[in-house]
Amino acid sequence: MSGNEITTDVVIIGAGPVGLFAVFELGLVDLKCHVIDILDRPGGQCAELYPEKPIYDIPAFPEISGQGLTDNLMKQIAPFSPEFHYSQMVTNVEKLPEGGFRVTTDAETVFNTKVIVVAAGGGSFQPKRPPVADVEQYEGKSVFYAVRKMEEFRDQDVVIVGGGDSALDWTLNLEPIARSLTLVHRRDQFRGHADSVNKMHALVEEGRINFVIGQLGRLEGKDGQLEEVVLNTKAGEMGIPATRLLPFFGLTMKLGPVADWGLDLHDNALIKVDTEKFETSVPGIFAIGDINWYPGKLKLILSGFHEGALMAQAAKRIVHPDEKVIFQYTTSSTKLQKKLGVA
Amino acid sequence: MQIIVTDQEGTVHELEALEGWRVMEVIRDWGLNIKAECGGSCSCATCHVFVDAEWEDKLNPPSDEEEDMLDSVPDIQPNSRLSCQILMSEELDGLKVTLADSARQEDAA
Repeated sequence: MSGNEITTDVVIIGAGPVGLFAVFELGLVDLKCHVIDILDRPGGQCAELYPEKPIYDIPAFPEISGQGLTDNLMKQIAPFSPEFHYSQMVTNVEKLPEGGFRVTTDAETVFNTKVIVVAAGGGSFQPKRPPVADVEQYEGKSVFYAVRKMEEFRDQDVVIVGGGDSALDWTLNLEPIARSLTLVHRRDQFRGHADSVNKMHALVEEGRINFVIGQLGRLEGKDGQLEEVVLNTKAGEMGIPATRLLPFFGLTMKLGPVADWGLDLHDNALIKVDTEKFETSVPGIFAIGDINWYPGKLKLILSGFHEGALMAQAAKRIVHPDEKVIFQYTTSSTKLQKKLGVA
Repeated sequence: MQIIVTDQEGTVHELEALEGWRVMEVIRDWGLNIKAECGGSCSCATCHVFVDAEWEDKLNPPSDEEEDMLDSVPDIQPNSRLSCQILMSEELDGLKVTLADSARQEDAA
């Protein structure tokens, strides 16, 4: 998908609940949205961290799961046909002399947009890095946080660390092509699918893989080429010859490139906005949801929804400065109901 | 009621705590470096603390759910706990914990 250049009214960065509802509010004022997210699906934190957890403070939903909320929002915004760009991170934002912005992602998708809405929550989800010295020098060469090309692992001595589905799935998938494979976990219990756990144990019994209870201690190698992984186990240190390491400790959020877009920040971590339009220090760039800050800010999904509604009014005036904005209700306006496909 | 928290820089803080609050909430409320990105729902493991030896046995043992989340703590130790799963009560007055590196707001990346 490289070389794509897309012209739109609004680019929304983040497909969490607040970014999704922004599509709705912007749609009501006839603005077309493209939504970018680093995850491969909508929902943001709700989908990644707690899809099954009940949320109790969404108005009119005494109880709803993170996934349920996401599914409902996707249904609610469907009439506005937002276009989604998943598994991409916005790396660059450039102000255009004629107004508007040029937004570039790490997949080299380029957007020309009049308005940007940053709804990135706690930032981009990034893999948790193990606390071993010099791990950075091996990253991308012999330490990977995801398997993009299986061929990278053919005939390699692979060490996989973790106890979830990623660790188990890749243990099963890479075993046939790796020269050797060692799975390392801190205990003999796994939170992955029982079926995968059984298959893994069977491979251990057949002597086709090793399973070690322990933790990463340190890495040995040079110039980014891993030679040995040293584990800390109950019996002491254990060295395992290794040319590839896959640590799977899940994801955590980092502010990432947002920090470099010239927006005024609060405590170096949150984007300052006004409370009339939720606009940042750069006109035309808005920030809503957990990523923004203003006096009295509460990190609630509820607050993000409100911020999106006010932002949309201001965005409309930027995209169509000559059009009069008439405030209408979905219950009474046939015009709005037509947009929603119900009238 | 108070808890004694050593931060990632080694500074010791005596924090006033309230009955029924989660230890994570006390630490966050006093402004120490704790990420707690899921807000206390045992879903992210970024409120990771090490519990002082003398207090380990006085805590309720971790639930299966907490054990599962501890699997995603890269810097785990035998005394690792998620501070959102420790509720303050009279018996825990004086609880000593140390904030883990993996609980930092922006971990050194």
